[in-house]
Amino acid sequence: MTGAVTQIGQAVINALAYLGGLAKLGLSAASYIFIAPFRGKPLRLQRAVTQAMETGVRALPILSLITFFIGLILALQAAYELKKFGALNYVASAVVISMSRELGPLITAIVVIGRSGSAFAAELGTMKVSEEIDALETMAISPVQFLVAPKFLAMIIMLPCLTTWANLMGVLGGSVFGVAQANFTLSGYVHASLDALALRDITTGLVKSFMFGATITAVGCYEGLTTGGGAEQVGRSTTAAVVTSIFMVIAVDLVFTALFFFVGGK
Amino acid sequence: MALFTDQSSSPQSAPSDDAMISIRNLRVSYGEREILHGVNFDVLRGETMVILGGSGSGKSTLLRTLVGLEQPTSGEIWIRGKNTAAMTPEERNETRKKMGMSFQSGALFGSMTVGENVALPLKEHTRLADSTVDIMLRLKLEQVGLAGYEDYKPSQLSGGMKKRAAVARALAMDPEVLFFDEPSAGLDPIIAAGIDQLILELKKAFHMTIIVVTHELASAFLIADRMVLINKGNIVALGTTKEMQESQHPRVRQFLDRVPEPEVEQELDYLQMLTKDRSRRS
Repeated sequence: MTGAVTQIGQAVINALAYLGGLAKLGLSAASYIFIAPFRGKPLRLQRAVTQAMETGVRALPILSLITFFIGLILALQAAYELKKFGALNYVASAVVISMSRELGPLITAIVVIGRSGSAFAAELGTMKVSEEIDALETMAISPVQFLVAPKFLAMIIMLPCLTTWANLMGVLGGSVFGVAQANFTLSGYVHASLDALALRDITTGLVKSFMFGATITAVGCYEGLTTGGGAEQVGRSTTAAVVTSIFMVIAVDLVFTALFFFVGGK
Repeated sequence: MALFTDQSSSPQSAPSDDAMISIRNLRVSYGEREILHGVNFDVLRGETMVILGGSGSGKSTLLRTLVGLEQPTSGEIWIRGKNTAAMTPEERNETRKKMGMSFQSGALFGSMTVGENVALPLKEHTRLADSTVDIMLRLKLEQVGLAGYEDYKPSQLSGGMKKRAAVARALAMDPEVLFFDEPSAGLDPIIAAGIDQLILELKKAFHMTIIVVTHELASAFLIADRMVLINKGNIVALGTTKEMQESQHPRVRQFLDRVPEPEVEQELDYLQMLTKDRSRRS
């Protein structure tokens, strides 16, 4: 019994230490992005743009395909119930609200975790193992400023952009069903989607995607920077980055959804 | 005059004026395990100090602590007359800019070219125009015999060339102190001799203070002015190359004459050896 309590206590301490590490890294990167430029330490915009291309632009094809299918699946699933009530014309609003409030940000985050969160952990982990992080420190260059801050900047900008694109592709996917089975024209489906959408639906999704971007970067970079020695550890860090990021993104999603529900009343 | 001691934990006097680096009662631990048990010695300005020791002796930990990659649990490191523990982060960074480090693996950034690697500290810490940085990086590469390789990626270089490129990067800010971690490790004898020659040339040309961690005896005796032998986190001996060669200290002789640890034939002997070792430590 005592052993179990000790183990639970230790697990809680480890989890808190991990969260503390993430918060410290995130705050440090944020200070390099938002404060340091005003104190004569310029932002590495070139590195951030390169990162944004890799994280954002190159994710577009796969994200488009996935969210198009998700939109179509949502329409099919919604139609299954709506048809019983003769309310197939509500399929457009069901799809657009589900996408913009929840599935757009979440699916985008999961795609980005698979592409970029794992890549951050692998890149920084390999640099750690090959002493490149140590080399930066001996040259009086902060690894957080040089490596992590550009990734943070790229991710917190690109995640909301990708989410907006994902929402559009989801609506497009839903419109295939709407046009084929629910007597919509394409423009009629788009108008029905826009009519159903409130500004609040879009902003809540974008706020969440901003937080997801920060979370994925913090976890990926933290796992990379805390990699132990050897190639095997890099593999473990990469796996841990993906699993932990998915968990953390869903936890952040829950917190913000609850916050918007109780504070915003919706 | 050589200092030979098995007890390196005795407190030493304040750092002398001609010392570039002074280490006083330095203790370093990884978790519960203490690696350095109170190390004391000075590295004089303009000398090449070689830190010798077997695998796991603590020599690399000592080097990492000197360049600020590990934090001491106690003790002091004085660099250029300043106690590193009392430095602000800005002062520590300024001190680091005066030091160059060549890592065992080279630690060149794989995503950058050799030229970008060498130019990185200049671009980060100076406001020099790109054309000036370009001239300086070519000069540094020429100093290490890598002229014309600025557009190569580290993956396109041989082991010896990577080490030379790493030295060029370490030289970028014209450091006063240069650290080498196992400069000859993994290199064939001819390439290793070339790296030794490079260290000698750097010393002759720039009168730098050079600290080299190695266990390659031929290389150590060629480049060192003085050497320090570390065993199990303690300094066993410190002196000039001649004093080390003439030393009759058993551990020095064992190391220099490459005598293996005595074989343990009986389990009881092994237990006794462990017990003796532990009681000696406590």
